[in-house]
Amino acid sequence: RSTSGAEHESARARVAGAERGWRRGGKCGAAGIRCVAYNNQSNRLAVSRTDGTVEIYNLSANYFQEKFFPGHESRATEALCWAAGQRLFSAGLNGEIIEYDLQALNVKYAMDAFGGPIWSMTASPSGSQLLVGCEDGSVKLFQITPDKIQFERNFDRQKSRILSLSWHPSGTHIAAGSIDYISVFDVKSGSTIHKMIVDRQYMGVSKRKCIVWGVAFLSDGTVISVDSAGKVQFWDSATGTLVKSHLIANADVQSIAVADQEDSFVVGTAEGTIFHFQLLPVTSNSNEKQWVRTKPFQHHTHDVRTVAHSPTALISGGTDTHLVIRPLMEKVEVKNYDAALRKITFPHRRLISCSKKRQLLLFQFTHHLELWRLGSTVATGKNGDTLPLSKNADHLLHLKTKGPENIICSSISPCGNWIAYSTASRFFLCRLNYEHDNISLKRVSKMPAFLRSALQILFSEDSTKLFVASNQGSLHIVQLLEGSFKHLHAFQPLSGTVEAMCLLAVSPDGSWLAASGTSAGVRVYNVKQLKLHCTVPAYNFPVTALAIAPDTNNLVIAHSDQQVFEYSIPDKQYTEWSRTVQKQGFHHLWLQRDTPITHISFHPKRPMHILLHDAYMFCIIDKSLPLPSDKTLLYNPLPPMNESDVVRRRTAHAFKISKIYKPLLFLDLLDERTLVAVERPLDDIIAQLPPPIKKKKFGT
Amino acid sequence: MAALEEEFTLSSVVLGAGPDGLLGVEHSDKTDQFLVTDSGRTVILYKLSDQKTLGSWSVKQGQIITCPAVCNFQTGEYIVVHDNKVLRIWNSEDVNLDKVFKATLSAEVYRIHSIQGTEPLVLFKEGAVRGLEALLAEPQQKIETVISNEEVIKMYCMFLIIFFHGNYFAYVQTFHSRVLSKYTLLLGQEEKVVIQSFTASVDRKFISLMSLSSDGCIHETLIPIRPTDPEKNQRVVRSLLLKAVVSGNARNGVALTVLDQDHVAVLGSPLPASKECISIWNIKFQTLQISKELPQGTSGQLWYYGENLFMLHGKFLTVIPYKCEVSSLAGALGKLKHSQDPGTHVTPHFVNWETSQGCGLGCQNSEQSRRILRRRKVEVNLQPEVPPSKQLLLTIKKDSEKHIEVELRKFLAMKQTPDFHAIIGDIVTGLLERCKAEPSFCPRNCLIQLIQTHVLSYSLCPGLMEVALQKTDVQLLQLCLQQFPDIPESVTCACLKLFLSIGDDCLQETDVNMESVSDYSGTAQDEKMEEQTKILQNGFNPKEDNCSNCDQELNEKPQDTTKETISCPVIPKRAALLNAILHSAYSETFLLPHLKDIPAQHITLFLQYLYFLYLKCSENATMTLPGIHPPTLNQIMDWICLLLDANFTVVVMIPEAKRLLINLYKFVKSQISVYSELNKIEVSFRELQKLNQEKNNRGLYSIEVLELF
Repeated sequence: RSTSGAEHESARARVAGAERGWRRGGKCGAAGIRCVAYNNQSNRLAVSRTDGTVEIYNLSANYFQEKFFPGHESRATEALCWAAGQRLFSAGLNGEIIEYDLQALNVKYAMDAFGGPIWSMTASPSGSQLLVGCEDGSVKLFQITPDKIQFERNFDRQKSRILSLSWHPSGTHIAAGSIDYISVFDVKSGSTIHKMIVDRQYMGVSKRKCIVWGVAFLSDGTVISVDSAGKVQFWDSATGTLVKSHLIANADVQSIAVADQEDSFVVGTAEGTIFHFQLLPVTSNSNEKQWVRTKPFQHHTHDVRTVAHSPTALISGGTDTHLVIRPLMEKVEVKNYDAALRKITFPHRRLISCSKKRQLLLFQFTHHLELWRLGSTVATGKNGDTLPLSKNADHLLHLKTKGPENIICSSISPCGNWIAYSTASRFFLCRLNYEHDNISLKRVSKMPAFLRSALQILFSEDSTKLFVASNQGSLHIVQLLEGSFKHLHAFQPLSGTVEAMCLLAVSPDGSWLAASGTSAGVRVYNVKQLKLHCTVPAYNFPVTALAIAPDTNNLVIAHSDQQVFEYSIPDKQYTEWSRTVQKQGFHHLWLQRDTPITHISFHPKRPMHILLHDAYMFCIIDKSLPLPSDKTLLYNPLPPMNESDVVRRRTAHAFKISKIYKPLLFLDLLDERTLVAVERPLDDIIAQLPPPIKKKKFGT
Repeated sequence: MAALEEEFTLSSVVLGAGPDGLLGVEHSDKTDQFLVTDSGRTVILYKLSDQKTLGSWSVKQGQIITCPAVCNFQTGEYIVVHDNKVLRIWNSEDVNLDKVFKATLSAEVYRIHSIQGTEPLVLFKEGAVRGLEALLAEPQQKIETVISNEEVIKMYCMFLIIFFHGNYFAYVQTFHSRVLSKYTLLLGQEEKVVIQSFTASVDRKFISLMSLSSDGCIHETLIPIRPTDPEKNQRVVRSLLLKAVVSGNARNGVALTVLDQDHVAVLGSPLPASKECISIWNIKFQTLQISKELPQGTSGQLWYYGENLFMLHGKFLTVIPYKCEVSSLAGALGKLKHSQDPGTHVTPHFVNWETSQGCGLGCQNSEQSRRILRRRKVEVNLQPEVPPSKQLLLTIKKDSEKHIEVELRKFLAMKQTPDFHAIIGDIVTGLLERCKAEPSFCPRNCLIQLIQTHVLSYSLCPGLMEVALQKTDVQLLQLCLQQFPDIPESVTCACLKLFLSIGDDCLQETDVNMESVSDYSGTAQDEKMEEQTKILQNGFNPKEDNCSNCDQELNEKPQDTTKETISCPVIPKRAALLNAILHSAYSETFLLPHLKDIPAQHITLFLQYLYFLYLKCSENATMTLPGIHPPTLNQIMDWICLLLDANFTVVVMIPEAKRLLINLYKFVKSQISVYSELNKIEVSFRELQKLNQEKNNRGLYSIEVLELF
């Protein structure tokens, strides 16, 4: 039905939209945020979720989630901290302290602290020591050595679990929040100096226990505590007395974070509110200052489990899975897009793959995969119609992983006969056989030792080759045969680097393979000759999506700062169009989008089109049309039909954007006339969460 | 805020100060020590912290000191001039002035100027200036004449020298360049005005010359330090800083001193009749910061050093330590003059928001741009005219009511100036003053006109409502309640008391704005109160006072309410007044204590009225009352709660209120059940919404047609 006008083809694409099969369902539920840790040196934010996943966001690179460590069923993270510069540690209820390898993207080691579940952890101000608070009431000090951590000693044992810890900026004292009291330790002797009993009373009613969820030790000796009775309290650690108390919530105050300058801090409550406190002069020009509750923010529907305070923003995360970055307007110097509130909900990577030939979609969940066959219709309709289904979508397969580890990545081959996926320690390859309506799955056993764990898996267009990016930095090419496989080649990382490759793209003719790591540039390999072809000039923002166009073999690269480049692989240079785009610059609204492009694809019959999408829109870039200038409308709705061709042509520009499906997790072209879109409505995520603290709307 | 501390007198020596006062008070080289020169023969050195005399020197009989003694800070010696030409230099060890160094000069000395860090300068009466060293090297040197014969030096400040005569001229000679520039001070049109006191302060670019004129205004003149064209006679214009600081034609002199960037000290009597005062004014906010009465009179001289003000109080040299803190707006507004001495009548000084704002916009936070603003004024010759508001104020003081009304109408018809509301405030205060003075004078129409300008607020004319309350002028009070945004709760409450207690007969005669009640009780206008109460009693079944019958009563309610609808417990005029109360802004904490003072039967009446309004409200679905500006449901509810809170025990005790309480109780009960129903509905509604969403959603899987570009 593709007819009419030259540029404005009113082609009707049948969209198998709104496939809402992808759910982070099951017993894991949607993974809420448990901890956040901000690193000032690198301006990065580490986030741990309740399923054990740890993600790293680069706040300088447009808040892009540049790294992630898959979770583990038994590894519920309770504490996360940066220490010794750029080293990341986590501790959890399995009693282990884990260090992450930020280069190879795996767990460096896990060490049992032998104190039962660990509830809290903090690094010393110098970054050389690590302190953990355990279930059995012990506070344990670890020395951080260059390649490991070493147990040093125990502090005085407390009678109940240590839920929060904070180090005095000089490193001499420690405040530890427990149940019903806060202890202050002397680091040198390890003995308790003060025990400050927290009032259990809550609005006159005595609660059973008052849990001190968070403490912060300021350099003037003040200890700030937040507790389950909804109080924020200021203590004098020298005398062990309560100085001031703010009752701020009817529910638990669960987290606290203090700015480096100690002039402001933020607390998060179970009602989903965060409060900003600032140290302000009592009167203007006076030197006497006091802590004042200044701004409340309500960006969450559920508990705010954790907060962080960067120099310019308040960061909060909680059960409702949102990571909220709220810039402090007084600290923002230029009013640009960085000053806007950011709410990060969806992962910045692709979790869905599709088999175009068989019209299958493979959904990746934390612990299982789901394979769905798309439905079909015989009806036709006009724009906007929902067609009656002649055949509904089928859930073909539910593939559960063995073991406690979360799935890192998965892929289905274009022919639909192969499924590959990987966890942190095992790689799985399965062969699917279709007999009429029956489907059988056969696992390819005996995977070679080098294929233990993959960060990214990709099948070639003809499904004869499998490309695997391992976490050792090498790229493996595997030849797929009926029911077996053959290892063809491994591209080793450049000597001296162990940086893992996270994104792969293969050309439709199967001769080129592009791979990109977290920070280094994109490398292009010649698959036929099995050698490195070229390296795309480095760009200082991480790559978010890669794809190679058919026929022309142009590599399209999307970066986290919303730039899109087109690089000709045969010519080893940027294409003319890409240069033009860079010269003119993207539309400012395009650059202001706050979710990265996660997928790029091409139309087989229209070489001038590039199809890409982020979480809130999809866009067809028509390279034959002029680029929009900042004055033109970027999101132009369809021009009215009654307008003349001239008008339509004048207002037309290269970016055709549609926001009809959102939040959009995946969008791809199945064939020339069919698009498949996967939406993930926010309501569904919320519906799976435990209900928030209910506040009545009417009366008493 | 500035503060004047406890004064003390340096009483150990009675000064031979005549009516001319002292010659001068000068700082000595040691902190805390001051040289006081009286107009006779004596120089005294005081130590301030000990309040005692350290030394005293006199010239021989027959000689007379003509120039105050100063200290040469470079050498620590003291210098004095007697008999115009004879210079004496001595130090604290010397006992007899006759035996100290003496130099006879060729010309008459006006003043010796000595400041820290430089050699003293000698200013001659003809206007020439010499350094002391140069002069002593050759005492008989010829001194040139700088100013013309008619000109007389009136005063000098700092290191500029000012000569005045008739027209005022300022001569500025900078210390280093020795270039003399002459400025003519333009005084504007007020011919008769005599400048009584000058003071000057210097910042980097300008000399700010402040003058206190005989009309009691302080003006500021900016003179550039580095003159653009020293040869030419330049003209500078002054701008008004403060008005009516002291009364004109004071018998004794007035004096003015700049204390810091924002503060000036003024000595003089604020009102023609009153005693002299020392007051500190904030020029930035144009407010009086503090003032202190000096009942024994002064010589009209004022000096200040460090944090001490020196003046002659009676026969004694009095020292008043002061403090000037940086003012906040709130602090500056806190003290108006009348709060200082409530006995005398009020001369209001209003902050002129418009001009301050204009200036604030211009200068935002930097002082500099304000200077630019002023500089522009220096260049453009302003021609201030006699403001019509002044004429009107004069009229108010003397003329008949009729005449005032006509004049006022004329004035209001004129174009509004930026400080319009301040002027209106002045006018109202003027009227009220006369009201107080002459009980027969009652300019009601004028006041109503003024209130209807919509620019007045309670704080601009605090006396207005008091007067209206005294005169039980309900119409005026209603207007005030409607127009003023800032009525204190106590006054609101006083109005309420009056509105509830005033007799119906009195009310019928008044002309109250009925806008807010016109619709719903228009028909009931002539009904008598007694009838209404009767209907009211009929409306509620008196037999049923038991709450167990509530349900039953609820069932009967439809009939009852139809009857109740007709009966408003108060006459419409009173209702209109009460509505004005309901509309006024208040803060619960401040209102509650005042509500307790209202008599019980009035409380009941008001509650009945409120309850009636509530019933009226609940008649329609939107829960609003008819009319142009009716009270809202929230206002009614809040007032019911407030009244009950304030007078709960009283209301419970009196039998008349019992019926009402039961009704209110029923009402609360029904309200609670409504809310619980709402909560239930909310839940089911949410479920419905969910269903609805699912219907709207494309379901788990759908195929749609999408036309792409």
